[in-house]
Amino acid sequence: MAFAMSAARAEVLRRIRDALGDERAPAPPPAPAAAAAAPRVADPVARFTQRVGDYRAGVTVVEDASEVGAAVAAALTRHAAADAVVPADLPAGWVPTGIAALADDPPLPHARLAQVGAVVTACALAIAETGTLILDGGVGQGRRAITLLPDVHVCVVGADQIVGTVPEAIARLAGTPRPLTLVSGPSATSDIGFVRVEGVHGPRRLEVVVSRRA
Amino acid sequence: MSGFASAARAGLDDPQLRRNLRQATTTIRAKRDAAVAEVDDWEGLRTAGAAIKDAALLALDAHLERLEANVVAAGGQVHWARDAGEANAIVTALVRATGADEVVKVKSMATEEIGLNAALAAAGIAAYETDLAELIVQLGDDRPSHILVPAIHRSREDIRALFERELGETGLSTDPAELAGVARRHLRERFLRVRVGVSGANFAVAETGAICVVESEGNGRMCTTLPDTLITVMGIEKVVPRWEDLGAMLQLLPRSSTGERMNPYTSLWTGVTPGDGPQAFHLVLLDNGRTTALADAIGRQALRCIRCSACLNVCPVYERAGGHAYDATYAGPIGAILSPLIDGFERHATLPSASTLCGACYEVCPVKIDIPSVLIHLRGRVAREHGAPPSERAAMRAMARVLGTRRKYELAQRALRTAGRPLSRDGRLERRLPGPLKPWTTFRDLPAPPEQTFREWWRSR
Amino acid sequence: MRVALFVTCLADTLSPAVGRATVELLERLGHEVVFPEEQTCCGQMHANTGYPAEATALARRFVRVFGADDHDAIVSPSPSCVGMVREQFAALARAAEDEQLAADAAALAPRVHDLSELLVDVLGLEDVGAVFPHRVTYHPTCHGLRGLGLGDRPLRLLRAVRELELVELPDATTCCGFGGTFSIKNADTSAAMLTDKVAGILRTGADVCCAGDASCLLHIDGGLRRGRAGVRTLHLAEILGAT
Repeated sequence: MAFAMSAARAEVLRRIRDALGDERAPAPPPAPAAAAAAPRVADPVARFTQRVGDYRAGVTVVEDASEVGAAVAAALTRHAAADAVVPADLPAGWVPTGIAALADDPPLPHARLAQVGAVVTACALAIAETGTLILDGGVGQGRRAITLLPDVHVCVVGADQIVGTVPEAIARLAGTPRPLTLVSGPSATSDIGFVRVEGVHGPRRLEVVVSRRA
Repeated sequence: MSGFASAARAGLDDPQLRRNLRQATTTIRAKRDAAVAEVDDWEGLRTAGAAIKDAALLALDAHLERLEANVVAAGGQVHWARDAGEANAIVTALVRATGADEVVKVKSMATEEIGLNAALAAAGIAAYETDLAELIVQLGDDRPSHILVPAIHRSREDIRALFERELGETGLSTDPAELAGVARRHLRERFLRVRVGVSGANFAVAETGAICVVESEGNGRMCTTLPDTLITVMGIEKVVPRWEDLGAMLQLLPRSSTGERMNPYTSLWTGVTPGDGPQAFHLVLLDNGRTTALADAIGRQALRCIRCSACLNVCPVYERAGGHAYDATYAGPIGAILSPLIDGFERHATLPSASTLCGACYEVCPVKIDIPSVLIHLRGRVAREHGAPPSERAAMRAMARVLGTRRKYELAQRALRTAGRPLSRDGRLERRLPGPLKPWTTFRDLPAPPEQTFREWWRSR
Repeated sequence: MRVALFVTCLADTLSPAVGRATVELLERLGHEVVFPEEQTCCGQMHANTGYPAEATALARRFVRVFGADDHDAIVSPSPSCVGMVREQFAALARAAEDEQLAADAAALAPRVHDLSELLVDVLGLEDVGAVFPHRVTYHPTCHGLRGLGLGDRPLRLLRAVRELELVELPDATTCCGFGGTFSIKNADTSAAMLTDKVAGILRTGADVCCAGDASCLLHIDGGLRRGRAGVRTLHLAEILGAT
């Protein structure tokens, strides 16, 4: 098998070289202007909340971090979530009292995660233009499975984490070694007659809490 | 009639299919137009997308080697496959090595192209499609007919009946939300149980080794996150040189594809990450005809394709004939050029002619593939290398001779008038002429050649 | 201005009224029209059907016939043939590595205009003084719309016609299904497209379907006549020529 694989590798590379002949690109071209020079977004928080709302996700804007816990509690109550999984390093004040919080430490089995009503996390970045949350497994986010299996995802975004556009976000994420998940609204499908339906797999409900100040 | 023309009959004769397609493509066209109109410099973005893909293709060997080195450095394994059989053998061996006899799959055109499910089934491994449309196709033992929405030819009523028959459900409505709910219940248990996931890739970044899967339903996250082992089968043309290239591609793809600002879920991973997701990752790099396409200097732009399917949704031929008429993994305008280029002209010789060259596909293509020009180029290759019908060749040569001199041309004009006269009534030719004009006159009238050509009028002034 | 007419083989042979209307319109506007009688065909059908060698020979012939500089501009009542000269000649020259053809085509390209381009862009006209008391719908042919990017030039010309009632064609930008040899090779699919185009025209209640390309008009006219729809087809030149 190992020999066959290396033979295939050599042959595919040889075919590419034969196909290109002397038409090879000498070097990668400079960054495409259009992608790099995406226009700035004037009021990222307003744009972000509007765009998240367009996906029929819930959005709550609070003035500072002290109000986050109450907003998270309200979001969980809206969806009648009795318990929530939380990353081990989620800021303490974000988990409301009166809800059974399960720390994912040690890691919970997938089957258990699938029974939990909700998950509460932070995020790495957000994109105003597209209403996108970006999870990179960093502080307050946990591993990918915890934001995938519960039915409700409550995600807390700091205003300073919101960038304007997709290229800005990609630039900020350069060099990240961890897996990334870009979340734009709840799970959806258009597979039946191109009619959009929210909530197939993954969290059927997305609630975003934006905190203007840390 | 052969090839596309005869395969199109089934679709043309199915009014339900035509209604489904018309309704679906009308909906998605409007969404795409709105999503594109929001972008200030869409044209510049398209140009960037084309440049990125061209940069990748024109140094494809170097980018693939770089991708491989970065995936391996991050704990993944890379396998190379010259063709479908080799790719299927690699995936089968990898699944067997885990001891598993089932896999969950993200929708992937590459695995569709190589017939992976059948190959796995032959090896006693069950492959479960998890994308809703792919599930519908799989349950119905059907063929996909659209790149993005493989079950676009199925109505809600069809899908309800299929779910009731195959999944033991009863009393379902035709509400898409309820039908999607059935898929959720049906697949959730499999996501939690199955230990091997199989995916394709939308992009792979040579510079970092990151693999990118773009999806909507969350089934992609399930398949790429929950299993112990993840196997990604990727056409070699999916590589992009740099991380920042994603900044353009992740704008172009969702807006062109589902007409959204961003698709619900985009997953990116590099090799394996301790404590998060699959702890074994295999990347299978698939040629399967792509290097043949690369060797065609005009046709190679087809390899820029990011499988958004915008060209299908605007194509008047696709809308009427349906995806199955193309008898290929890739349907629609892009399929009409990609299929002969990567899968050979023997099977797909009539596809380059299955277009009016109306240009709607080129107009929407996010990576500016000039599909009409490639179609014309491939028509030439069919005629030169693969044998056009002798009658066509003879007719084309004869006409070229006639048009080559004024004298012959004017003689032919007069001959046409003389020949048309006995067949003319009220300024038009009799219906249903024989010979090469039969297909035209079966459906449309032809004007009788007028008593005076333009040039005769000009001279008579 | 002295304008050379590139009438196209199809209009010359099957739709002479289009050529006549073009000549009469330009002369009425005070311009001189010349007709290089050596012209036959630009080679579009050969090129698009996959016979570039034959097309290239016709392209060489075309640049010879129209290469003379005894006129200020070349006009054609067919956007697809204009596109052939402006865009595809260069591609044929590249493929054939024919530098002379490439140079000749490049010199010719900026002088070749669709009728609506000549009127609006070169002559600066929208109102050509036409009168046409009918209900008209306009089909923008694919090569005019997407190939040449004619935009609303033809509509601006039509809107300025006195007593003309312009009605919008549903799905106007969708191809009529002609596509040259497509209509022969894929006759059923072509007919399905034509059926939808004809249905759209009938929904407008127009007396006349207007387009800027004689070949597409021939196709649409064939469908309308077969269905005994009672709707006439007229080329843009014929309406603009009416007084």
